[in-house]
Order: sequence, then structure tokens, then C-alpha cells
Amino acid sequence: MDEQLTLAQALANLSDLAPEIWQASVETGLMLAIGLSVAIVVGGPLGILLYLTQPGQLFANRAVNGVVGWFVNLVRSFPFIILMVSLVPLTRLLVGSTIGPIAAAVPLSFAAIPYFARLVEQTLREIPRGVIEAAEAMGASPAQIIWKVLLGEARAGLISSLTILTISFLSYSAVAGVVGGGGIGDLAIRYGYYRFQTEVMVAMVLLLVVIVQIIQFAGNHLAARLDKR
Amino acid sequence: MIHLKNVHKRFRRPEGGWFDAVRDTTLHIKAGEIFGLIGFSGAGKSTLLRLINLLERPDHGSVNVDGRDLTGLSAAELRRARQNIGMVFQQFNLMANRTVAANIAFPLEIAGWSRADIDQRVAECLDIVGLADRAGHYPSQLSGGQKQRVGIARALAPRPHVILADEPTSALDPKTTQSILDCLQDINARFGVTVVIVTHEMHVIRSICHRAALLDAGEVVELLQVTDKQVAARSALAKSLLEVA
Repeated sequence: MDEQLTLAQALANLSDLAPEIWQASVETGLMLAIGLSVAIVVGGPLGILLYLTQPGQLFANRAVNGVVGWFVNLVRSFPFIILMVSLVPLTRLLVGSTIGPIAAAVPLSFAAIPYFARLVEQTLREIPRGVIEAAEAMGASPAQIIWKVLLGEARAGLISSLTILTISFLSYSAVAGVVGGGGIGDLAIRYGYYRFQTEVMVAMVLLLVVIVQIIQFAGNHLAARLDKR
Repeated sequence: MIHLKNVHKRFRRPEGGWFDAVRDTTLHIKAGEIFGLIGFSGAGKSTLLRLINLLERPDHGSVNVDGRDLTGLSAAELRRARQNIGMVFQQFNLMANRTVAANIAFPLEIAGWSRADIDQRVAECLDIVGLADRAGHYPSQLSGGQKQRVGIARALAPRPHVILADEPTSALDPKTTQSILDCLQDINARFGVTVVIVTHEMHVIRSICHRAALLDAGEVVELLQVTDKQVAARSALAKSLLEVA
């Protein structure tokens, strides 16, 4: 370990690691892309279901709402690291391995589903009941109400929810990375912590800071453009 | 045109027990009429209006609009029947993320109109309510009176035979109120649309209604006839509402 690490040397070390940093960024991107896609495709409809089965809503159903709500709370109760370990058999079944970003995407997706479902439910609650009722009075079908009214009116809030989810899961993906998923967080731990290359740790944290700022900025910007309220 | 026969609607009170909002009421509204439902808060007038398009389903009794018994229809048939019954709301209930034109287009999209037909009909309706220059605006950029005009244009777009108006002027100032009432009257006169309007103001009844039902505690207590903007009233309740106005 270098007692007096010069800036020049630190930069040189980092530039030597450039291919690995790139590789780690791709892995993080892959984990996020899979996790977020599953969250949207599965968690989105689940959130809509949670909303529509509430008392006073289109498909008010105490039993369905209770069961789905209970399941969502259950999964969300698990600390992520424990969820990951307990899903190892499922991961092995689905991916055939528990190592690598694709394998890490399994518990990430699993955790992202109920998280996004709750965010979607909360966002939809902001739509005035009267607007939905007006659509009912005009003869809109449930599918038309979901697509045209709920998603159309909540679109800015849904983008904000997705922004929150993305940033939360960027840090979850670092945890997943450490137990074999790879990615930026894993690189930071391997070089910065285990090999005492503090400059790698610092650079990776800075990289994450920049990514988070970009995601938040893009999310805010898009949400503001979509919001005509 | 609209025949409500022995309709009854009760709600469960949050604190327990039941509340009869509409009690065994029979009412006939003629085609082409502007018919008022008037009464104090809690008289059951909004519930009665919402029974006409089955936003509230009666516990018993029948609802017949345009020769069809709505209570017997399947969900899909009811949706199609509702496309023939426009509705205007006190709080406008416009979609905030849709432009004025897109709000008016909404019921036509639902009914499966072609894009060209929608565009043409939306332009017509904008003209009728005098908002042709606001087509691309969003509801948040409009005044209350303009929002209600969009609400009326939206209700009118699918060429319904009936328009139900639930306290359409209660959120508006007196001057705007008059212009909205004139707009409804104009639509009734030009297109022969039957209008049912809920209000707690005798002024609204005198101003545009042909007849009105006075409601109290879920029952029709008097049918009011309007002649030359004068309401002939017999019951004490009607007289008290006339005094307020």
C-alpha cells in the first residue's frame, strides 16, 4: 500500500482499471434494467390492482386488497440481504447460477415488484375520484379507465415513482453485487476495501453520485413536462 | 323519455344503520324538457340524478331512459347506454393532463369514433360552447366558467339525448352562473337534448327549467311548473326556497 499516493498515481491506477470500471457499469446497468423492467411489468399492474380493489373504487374487494396488500408488506419487510439469500434456490432454478448480474437481478426484481406496486398505488390515489366517475358516466370500460384515465392522469407521478425506485435500486444493486453480482458497488468493495485502494472507492462513490444526480434530474424534468395540473 | 318508477336507494351510514337517500320515488321527465331537481342539502336530489345513469344502482324500482330499462342491462350494454346520457359535474371533473380538445374527444374515443370524425365533432362542440380559441389549452389554464363549458361540450360531444347536470353552477360566481345556464338552455333549444339539472337555488329553476321536482327527505313533495320565469308554489318548503331566491 502506498503511504503517499499522489494524485497522478491515483489517476493512473484508475485508468488501468478503466476496462473493469466499464464492465462494472455495464453490470450495474444490466441489474437495474432487468429489475426495473420486471418492477414495471409486474409491480405496475399489482399497484393498479391494489388501488382498484380499495373500498369505494372500481373493483372494491376487501379480500383481494387484503391478500395483495399483505403480500406486498411481507416482501417489503425483508431486509434486502436476507431476501437475497433466501431466494438463492429460486435464482438457481431460474438462471442456473447464483453468480453474475443476471442472477443478482432475480432478488432485485423480486424486491422491486412490491416496492413499485406501493408507489403506483400511492400515486394513483392522488387522482380525484370525480374524474374516474366522469369516465364511468361516459360509458368507459375498466380497461379504458385504467389506460386513459388512471395512467394518463398519474403519468407525472408515475415517472417520479420510477425515479425513486431507480435510485433505491441503484444502491440495492451494490449490495447484490457484493455477493456475486458484480457492478459498481462490488468493484468499490473489492479494490477500495479489500485491497486498500481508497482512490477506487472514492471514484466509484463519485460515479454513483453523478449517476444518481443524472437520474433525479432526468426524472424531475420529464415529470414536470408531463404534468399539466 | 326518463321514467323512474318506485326507485329506492339507501346507504349504509359510516356510524352504522341505514340512510334512505331516495324513498320509493316515481318521476317522469319528458323528451326535450329542462327538468330541475331542487331541494336543500341531503334531500336526495343528487342521488336521484345519479340513479338516472345508474352511477347509483337502485335497491328496487326501475330506471327507463329512451325506452330502455337500464337496470336490466349487462355491464357492456349499460356502458353503451351511458354514451347516450351526458353528465356535467359541479367540480367539472376534467382530465388535467388532457387539453380542452382532448377532454371533449374522450367520450368519442371511448365510443370508437374515427380520428377524423372526432376532430370534426370536437371543433363543432368547441364552437357551440364558445371556446374555439382554447382548444389547445389545459384545464389549469382556464377559469371556472370556461372549465364548465368544456364539461358541457364533453357531455354534448357524443350527441346524447339526455344531459344530466349535477349542481353545474354551484362552484361559480353569479355572472358566470348565468352564462352557463344560458349555454345549457341554448343546447336544449338547438338540439332538443333533454336536460335534468340538480340545484339548491330557485333562481336556476326560474331561469331555465320548464318543470321541476321539489325534494325533501328523499321524496318528491311537489312538482313545480315554471311559466314566464315564475314558479307556482303550493308547499311551504317551495315557498321558503322562493324566498331565499
